[in-house]
Amino acid sequence: MTALLEIRDVAVSFGGVRALDGVTFALQEGELLGLIGPNGAGKTTALRAITGTVRPDRGAVALAGLDLTRLPVHRRVRAGLGMSQQLVRPFRAMTAIENVMLAAGAAKTGAPLRALLQRGRAAERQKARVHLNTVGIAEAAESAPDSLPLGTLKRLEMARALALEPKVLLLDEPLAGLNHIEARRLAETIAELNRGGVSIILIEHNLGEVMRVCSRLVVLDNGRVLGEGAPAAVMAEPEVRAAYLGAGHA
Amino acid sequence: MAYEITLITLAGIAVIAALGLNLITGFCGQISLGHAAFYGTGAYGAAMLTTNGVSFWLALPASALLAGALGLVVGLASLRVRHDFLAITTMGVGFLFIGVVRQQDALGGEMGIYAIPDPGIGRLGYMFLVVILASLTAIFSLYLKRSWMGFAFDAIADDEDAAPMVGIDVARYKLTAFAMGTAIAGVAGALYAHEIKYIGPDSFGFPESIAMLAMVAVGGIGSVGGVVFAAVVMTVLPHWLQVIAEYKLLLYGGLLFAVMRFSPGGLAGLVRAWMPRPGGADAPAADRVEP
Repeated sequence: MTALLEIRDVAVSFGGVRALDGVTFALQEGELLGLIGPNGAGKTTALRAITGTVRPDRGAVALAGLDLTRLPVHRRVRAGLGMSQQLVRPFRAMTAIENVMLAAGAAKTGAPLRALLQRGRAAERQKARVHLNTVGIAEAAESAPDSLPLGTLKRLEMARALALEPKVLLLDEPLAGLNHIEARRLAETIAELNRGGVSIILIEHNLGEVMRVCSRLVVLDNGRVLGEGAPAAVMAEPEVRAAYLGAGHA
Repeated sequence: MAYEITLITLAGIAVIAALGLNLITGFCGQISLGHAAFYGTGAYGAAMLTTNGVSFWLALPASALLAGALGLVVGLASLRVRHDFLAITTMGVGFLFIGVVRQQDALGGEMGIYAIPDPGIGRLGYMFLVVILASLTAIFSLYLKRSWMGFAFDAIADDEDAAPMVGIDVARYKLTAFAMGTAIAGVAGALYAHEIKYIGPDSFGFPESIAMLAMVAVGGIGSVGGVVFAAVVMTVLPHWLQVIAEYKLLLYGGLLFAVMRFSPGGLAGLVRAWMPRPGGADAPAADRVEP
């Protein structure tokens, strides 16, 4: 398999705190990679370094051979990254479907003057409906985000990211705040997307679902990669067990 | 009749200037407290050209280019600062403009520029020119709002940090909004200079910026119809009622306060509240585009 997304020796500091300390891992084409670790391990920071919302002190990020390290967020998105954030950020003055339509029309918003000459939105509305349907919130299409529960907003974020037709989908705790049935259903949706050809990095605390749907895991702890490999094998490693459960359980 | 022609001409000029500000503040969400500086740049630029023998018809687009270029520079500041800091920065640009103009003998200094040449199309013809340009600006605004540029502006006005997540180059869009909005203000300034035939620094001070902002806020930030209505009413009323003219700034300040406190969506927001649309989303829903 070919490495689609490469993170090489990425280090990030916030003031005096080192959030990431030389993290290296890769996402292979067609893979559903679980990025896990205890709270404060640096998972979200790693994702933010990939999308460009956090600038690393050192290291590099490459997507399909393209060095993203110095590119701004919107250029990385246009290069093929789609992200569903941990803290949902829908455009609140738009309806749910308009949120997704805007992403589906990314080809039209690439340059302001080109955007000025484009008006039709029917094709994007159609695409947006498909994506809302994929994540199971088609009935919320015309609702304002402020009227939707967190679980639906999480799915909306995912639909918006999918509408970009990304090479890599980055999902930051999409199952958080969902009940057991909802979480299982959404995890299945994620697995289906992956089976459909979307390469995915999934950050998730719901280890049961992670173990069920992910083909490989990367474990972070204190800003370093602690383990990497097949889910069952990684979770059996003493260091990983110690990081999750305490030294006595290693 | 001459009085009515003047009133309509001034109202049309105010509509153009306010719609320019609405493009920056209403559509793209970038507050500007210094719009009169761009209005003044257009006025001074056009007046300097026509008093030196250049045709009014060349001076008009030149004033747009000049104000738009200055707007682009100020727009660069909007990439560094946001919200109240941007408000203070643009207010500073307004004061800077007045300060520079007052010190330049070439621009007439405190005395301003007199005897600005008549465009030569008669009072009625000039009024029609202004009304046509105001209508074109309104049509352009409505078109823009429904274009994908308007859609991207909606996202930036809504959440500047989330917009890049859908691939929007926020910096380019903000600069475009500033360039277009200030170029439109430049046209309004050129029209004002050739209507009044005299311009001085006091014509483009902070009160003028606040008056324009009041037109946008009272009409409804982002609403083309609301801004046109407010610009016309707030221009015409002070001429009709002397008491309003005397307390114009006090009234505009009070209106701004009342709108922000009781109806942040302005008059357009009130109309929207009476005529709810399906979908349920708030403020900009009136301009929501259905394919």
